[in-house]
Amino acid sequence: MAGIPHDHYEPKTGAEKWLHRRLPIVSLIYDTLMIPTPKNLNWMWIFGVVLVFCLVLQIATGVVLAMHYTPQVSSAFASIEHIMRDVNGGQMLRYAHMNGASLFFFAVYMHIFRGLYYGAYKDPREVTWIIGILIFVLMMGTAFMGYVLPWGQMSFWGATVITGLFGAIPGIGDAIHTWLLGGPSVDNATLNRFFSLHYLLPFVIAALAVVHVWAFHTTGNSNPTGVEVRRGSREEAEKDTVPFWPYYVIKDLFALAVLLVVFFAIVAWMPNYFGHPDNYIEANPLQTPAHIVPEWYFLPFYAILRAYTGDVWVVQLASFITGGIIDAKFFGVIAMFGAIIVMALVPWLDTSSVRSGRYRPNFKWWFWILVFDFVFLMWLGSQAPNDTLLGFGMSAWALMGSAYWFFYFLILLPVLGILESPTPRPETIEADFDAHYPAGEAAGDATPAE
Amino acid sequence: MEKFVSHAEDHEGTRRDFLYYATAGAATVTTGAAVWPLVNQMNPSADVLAMSSIRVDISGVDVGAQLTVKWLGKPVFIRHRTQKEIDEAKAVDVSSLPDPVARNANLPGQSEASDENRAMAGKEEWLVMVGICTHLGCVPIGQDGETDGWLCPCHGSYYDSAGRIRHGPAPENMAIPVAKFDGDTTIVLG
Repeated sequence: MAGIPHDHYEPKTGAEKWLHRRLPIVSLIYDTLMIPTPKNLNWMWIFGVVLVFCLVLQIATGVVLAMHYTPQVSSAFASIEHIMRDVNGGQMLRYAHMNGASLFFFAVYMHIFRGLYYGAYKDPREVTWIIGILIFVLMMGTAFMGYVLPWGQMSFWGATVITGLFGAIPGIGDAIHTWLLGGPSVDNATLNRFFSLHYLLPFVIAALAVVHVWAFHTTGNSNPTGVEVRRGSREEAEKDTVPFWPYYVIKDLFALAVLLVVFFAIVAWMPNYFGHPDNYIEANPLQTPAHIVPEWYFLPFYAILRAYTGDVWVVQLASFITGGIIDAKFFGVIAMFGAIIVMALVPWLDTSSVRSGRYRPNFKWWFWILVFDFVFLMWLGSQAPNDTLLGFGMSAWALMGSAYWFFYFLILLPVLGILESPTPRPETIEADFDAHYPAGEAAGDATPAE
Repeated sequence: MEKFVSHAEDHEGTRRDFLYYATAGAATVTTGAAVWPLVNQMNPSADVLAMSSIRVDISGVDVGAQLTVKWLGKPVFIRHRTQKEIDEAKAVDVSSLPDPVARNANLPGQSEASDENRAMAGKEEWLVMVGICTHLGCVPIGQDGETDGWLCPCHGSYYDSAGRIRHGPAPENMAIPVAKFDGDTTIVLG
């Protein structure tokens, strides 16, 4: 929109002119769809459209599931089985919704790490990034509350453990805990409010997604080189960009179709692969399952949460400095939320003026270690805390894993930006594009062989 | 005329300021008054708050057995301890415990976590406590830990035979609720 020069909607027919004078909605849609988009975007740029699809899928399946679900402790579990056995197509709808959450988080993690590698969070896209992290946090809240609704054992105990985190806040923790639950323990009041919020938050996410798109339509998309689109004239801009419609819409939809083949194979043939058998046992407040594990997409943060026990020196130091106000339990909570907050602050923590990791020879390695660290923490979160690996306990590994996470954001990115010498970047997006696709091959004017 | 104009302007200034502050004040109070019920509705409702007191018949609980009852939505362990468990709990030096406070609702806040202060008054074979791990609220599994007490399966907190935290991430001993004997075979909770 603003910034990159391009053509604008001109109402032509009488009806269009009539509407345009009263409500310029066609113009808004036209400008949104025709936004000049850097022509060198790679496959990591498909996930925005995938995420929009996920949100629509979750809202559509969720709204119809709510028509059959009962948010009441005595019948919630049975109503899920009712959906699975009696409701027409109910099993498919529920499995699509359940696994839709997994697809959603897979896509959002790809999207976030794409942003981290290519420096998409840097000036002038900080607001886009912050709103994105806000959406991510809301997604986690929504997914967590959704997981409670079937009222199985994992639902109940997951809710107990996670709401218990708020009880760790010094002083006011107990009051907040009781306020969140609506009673001394997870019960009917909790289930009812979680259902209400689980229905509400996706619409808040949808609104924020619009703001997210608005923000990067104002700054222009990022791209793999980190070099900005030339804005001197329309001719210049057109050498660096193609309109979003039809070029990227078609590309993104193709990628989505490929992902959906895998997605629906999982929905159809292994719908419970990402779930836990314990959640098909009705909630029992008197018995905890032997091994409480969150859904896979929460595992890295869960591993960070439980890494900080009372025998870790930073925890003891924090406890000593604050006179015991910050104990091991509260420290774990701070670390878990801190792991997300450092991501939100990355536009200001990363001191390098080079956006793209492609031209940062040292950064690349640290970035891939971060990706490995994330996957490793995910695996650690699924393990029993007392197991060992290569002679170290799982909590020791989790401690190292979370230490690297904070090291990367709080120490490495500020320092590396000053020390590192970046490799030469292309002058323009056009130059990068032409280097990848020598003239003629990509010009789109090559005549097909007859 | 000029005098009249300046006079009016003075008045207008102060009147505008007054209206501005009055409107802002009213808006703040109204917003607060509107938001508070929306926040407060999430606090426990009257039926949940209605402090329930329950009577538990323990005549059938043999030595070495445990009764778990649901009270205020939480499990309460009523354990008839063996002599071995009592002796083990008594042998522990209180100052060596991670949490040296009794956490007993029937005693003053800072009472020490001796076995005597953890068990039912005058009947040391009975241990009554809220069966919720003080880490993140799971229900510990009885007589499964190396400490002859309870083990929380969620994050590995070990409690001894007096329900005191021995090691693991839990910060406190398991809570002792308000409880008393009514006769020899009935315990009143709450």
